Amino acid sequence: MSSSLIWVGYKTIVRKEITRILRIWGQTIVPPAITMTLYFIIFGELIGRRIGEMGGFTYMQYIVPGLVIMSVITNSYGNMVSSFFGAKFGKHIEELLISPLPNWVILTGYVTGALARGLMVGTVVMGVSLFFTPIEVQHPLVMFTVLLLTAIVFALAGMVNAIFAQKFDDIAIIPTFVLAPLTYLGGVFYSIALLPVFWQNVSVANPILYMVNGFRYGMLGVSDVSLVKTYVVIVIAGAVLFSWCMFLLNRGTGLRT
Amino acid sequence: MYALEVNNLKKTYSNGVQALKGISLKVDEGDFFALLGPNGAGKSTLIGIISSLVNSTSGESLVFGTSVQKDRSKAMSYIGLVPQELNFNQFEKPVEIVVNQAGYYGIPRDIALQRAEKYLKQLSLWDKAEKPSRTLSGGMKRRLMIARAMVNEPRLLILDEPTAGVDIEIRRSMWEFIREINDNGTTVILTTHYLEEAENLCRNIAIIDHGKIIKNTDMKSLLATLDVETFVLDLREAVDHCPVVEGMEINVRDERTLEASLPKQKSLNTLFAELERQGIHVLSMRNKANRLEELFIGLVETGHGQEGAGT
Repeated sequence: MSSSLIWVGYKTIVRKEITRILRIWGQTIVPPAITMTLYFIIFGELIGRRIGEMGGFTYMQYIVPGLVIMSVITNSYGNMVSSFFGAKFGKHIEELLISPLPNWVILTGYVTGALARGLMVGTVVMGVSLFFTPIEVQHPLVMFTVLLLTAIVFALAGMVNAIFAQKFDDIAIIPTFVLAPLTYLGGVFYSIALLPVFWQNVSVANPILYMVNGFRYGMLGVSDVSLVKTYVVIVIAGAVLFSWCMFLLNRGTGLRT
Repeated sequence: MYALEVNNLKKTYSNGVQALKGISLKVDEGDFFALLGPNGAGKSTLIGIISSLVNSTSGESLVFGTSVQKDRSKAMSYIGLVPQELNFNQFEKPVEIVVNQAGYYGIPRDIALQRAEKYLKQLSLWDKAEKPSRTLSGGMKRRLMIARAMVNEPRLLILDEPTAGVDIEIRRSMWEFIREINDNGTTVILTTHYLEEAENLCRNIAIIDHGKIIKNTDMKSLLATLDVETFVLDLREAVDHCPVVEGMEINVRDERTLEASLPKQKSLNTLFAELERQGIHVLSMRNKANRLEELFIGLVETGHGQEGAGT
């Protein structure tokens, strides 16, 4: 298998995905910007003023990292699941399935597309937050790597969902009933130090808590969990999901009859 | 080396349906091969396995000597597929669809753009290249799928009912295009319900029914087995009785139309002379059915045939 097949094939998938994201920018980029602006106004400005400080920062500053990573999680997952399932539903995934491209190239191409959307939306939300509060990034490398790895993890999770999905309802169930609760309970709006011990112990079983806090550490320098644990959780989740995706793609689950 | 070699291919779906019951088939390089069969016979399953969209239960398929099951990537690099159902993103433009497909075969973008222009022009779609593909007519969508399948310049082109629902003018232009591709050395496998199409284009044929090959031979030999041909005769004047001609079966369809079934060894001249003698004047004549159609119906209805014959 030639390296040009792999490289050109990968670039083609990524270009197609980014073209798609930009073509429907009204559905992909604008809604998260509006939603997050409302969060900043309602939780940051109106309610936040009454809450006062959290972790040594204004409440607005405290929730910015959580809201940015929440947008990245939602959008990288959403991009993968809607694009891949849409291709499956419309049968144009067959264009890739009959091609000589190996499955790992198809997977990395789609993951890169989802990553691109996650980063685009994350950047927009970060830009919006600057209208409300100044932010001084403490550890840019940590911030960037946590953001990148988190987007990859949720893109892979979106792929698993898309592979198993048989109808559009199936791609809404996980984001609504699993992803949203775990994200909201993952410390986006609060420090788990505020919770009773029992709920603190429950919270540490939530992988999203590590991602939110890892990113918050990168931006503000404060976290409820250790940075090492954050990277371990993200890398293990990524490795498990990548292996699962490859197993499903090689087996042809949901794709090849 | 064969363009396609299928050995004892079996497929049983998870619901228990046995779509292929051990099919063996060989298609020579450069051939124009017809794969015919009634709906549900197993044609699309066979094509699905060859193009790796369907996993076989057992058996092997080799494309130019490369096993689809063992080295999918290499085997797929030889194939171009025009599927039965539309399977492109209707929100993308034709040029994007064709260029992206080239990218999946590792063809750099500048070359892909040149090829997209070439094939879209050849299929009279270049003026629609930048329009959303959902706005194309049914015939244009089918031609777009042919352009997409050609962009990697495959050695084996598989066409699964490419002209379904296409008007006769476009169908004929598509035949010309496909014939030219074959003349240039590409092996073509065609499935179609228009048996006239298969008869006109293909040199070899396999008929598949209930997951088995019931006939596999060359077109000329198959057509030579046709014992009786039926003609429809339009008459100048109405007839009030059914004429009798020795050695032929004549039926009155209506007062100005007869159906005459002639054994292969009987001459049409004999028929016309006898009718003339009986004062019946024939204005025009046509085949009741396409010759291949008659054979096809006969074979499928009787389930007759030798599995693997001619391979």
